[in-house]
Amino acid sequence: MAGRLEGRIALVSGGLRGIGKAICDCLEADGAVVYATDLDAPDSEAARAAAHYIQLDATSEDAWIAARARVEQDFGRLDILVNNVGADLTGKVQDLALADWRRLITLNLDTVFLGTKTFQPLLAKAGASTPYGSSIVNISSIMGLVGMGEVSAYNASKGGVRLFTKSNALEFADAGVPIRVNSVHPGFVETPLLRKGFENWAAREGTTADAMIEAMAQTTPFKRLAQPVEIGKVVAFLASDDASYMTGSEVVVDGGWTAR
Amino acid sequence: MTAKTDLTGTVALVTGATGGIGRATVGALTEAGAQVIASDIGVNAQVDGAAMYAPLDVTSEAAWADVIGRIEREFGRLDRLVNNAGISVTNSVAATSLSEFRKCFAINVEGVFLGTRAAQPLLARGGEGREGGSSIINLSSVGGLRGAAMMSTYCASKGAVKLFSKSAALEFAALKLPIRVNSVHPGGIETDMMDTIFARYVDEGLFPDMDAARAAVSAGHAVGRMGRPAEIAEGIAFLASPAASFMTGSELVIDGGMTAR
Repeated sequence: MAGRLEGRIALVSGGLRGIGKAICDCLEADGAVVYATDLDAPDSEAARAAAHYIQLDATSEDAWIAARARVEQDFGRLDILVNNVGADLTGKVQDLALADWRRLITLNLDTVFLGTKTFQPLLAKAGASTPYGSSIVNISSIMGLVGMGEVSAYNASKGGVRLFTKSNALEFADAGVPIRVNSVHPGFVETPLLRKGFENWAAREGTTADAMIEAMAQTTPFKRLAQPVEIGKVVAFLASDDASYMTGSEVVVDGGWTAR
Repeated sequence: MTAKTDLTGTVALVTGATGGIGRATVGALTEAGAQVIASDIGVNAQVDGAAMYAPLDVTSEAAWADVIGRIEREFGRLDRLVNNAGISVTNSVAATSLSEFRKCFAINVEGVFLGTRAAQPLLARGGEGREGGSSIINLSSVGGLRGAAMMSTYCASKGAVKLFSKSAALEFAALKLPIRVNSVHPGGIETDMMDTIFARYVDEGLFPDMDAARAAVSAGHAVGRMGRPAEIAEGIAFLASPAASFMTGSELVIDGGMTAR
């Protein structure tokens, strides 16, 4: 049986690890051709494991334009763009260096803007030839919905992703551009990024990452972290025609964290 | 043919199954492989795809006990509950009678409470050891997120559904019951209920005729059209499935961009 994304072309930024890797797997399971992009050299083990890989510094407009040229040459279209790439930063406002703040905003927000802007023409073209248009899925966070102490830069960046998404959805809908745009808001997911963030934090607090991760799991109503695939499957739903009437929506996947 | 959400081996109950979204939901869940019990207020009804039709007044505790008992006897389990039954009230606050207000709450809110309570034991058992557990999907509305003129009673009821869902989700998680609870928030959908609302708008002089009301409501969605029942049903099927295994207490807004503004 053909998958619901058969014939669709997708690109997932930050697609070699963690949530991004799981998103690639889920889109492929539904039949899509998926480009993973990341910083790795093309001959790295992770890059070679990807079905289609584009080395991409997602903060560079030139790099995005080169990626578009590759996809355009290969398929002439893009149906699904998942702006997943991102980074973590914790610390008190008093202790944050402006350079670190800017780097985080660049990694989490410039990347969404650049991916969207660069690929809009190819997405619009593909969207005109499918029944319910193309789909952009932006990975925000529950930290784009609610605040947390010492997470100010990440909160700000992910809140930015949330409202960029809504504005973009309305812009396209108002102009009749056949691209749906929605955001996904994961809670705490068991990824290398999460562990690294906690390792940095734990070092400052004099505890261990494991202890902090377990404590975080206990603050989630489900008493566990999400597995990356539990985010990937939600992205695949939003990418598909099953979500044909959804645009500008935020899908929260947090085991009940923000229901309180 | 697309690979849909797989609900093979599950048993689902859909209330309000003869309405537009209800019928589409029965269809989507059946297509995904679930055995679906369709229920509604009428004694008899034909709902395509349903394994069984069970008459159910969602405001009656006794009726819920009967239907859940019947499902346990005939199917031995229940894994998904879609609390979809609901009515609209389109009226000014001044002209709304207390009985009209209470009737709306009895169906839209008490119905969700009674259904959740009655089905909880079977759902808890059905979710045990199953990926993603059991799932309750409560139909709220964009009216449960935003207010609308002449819709105070309806919006209040749908706001209640939204927060009942979150509290039930947290309660079940705290009790380690394998039941996820989420709400769905449709925009204006091509259903008989919307036609009823349009007719009331015309009665109240908000629009000269049905077509004008329909055009204005369509334009209120960023995508410029109302939704189709199937577009809500696919969201319900998604929440019912293991693909939504980490989702509980969430709101799935399917509104063509209406509330993005």
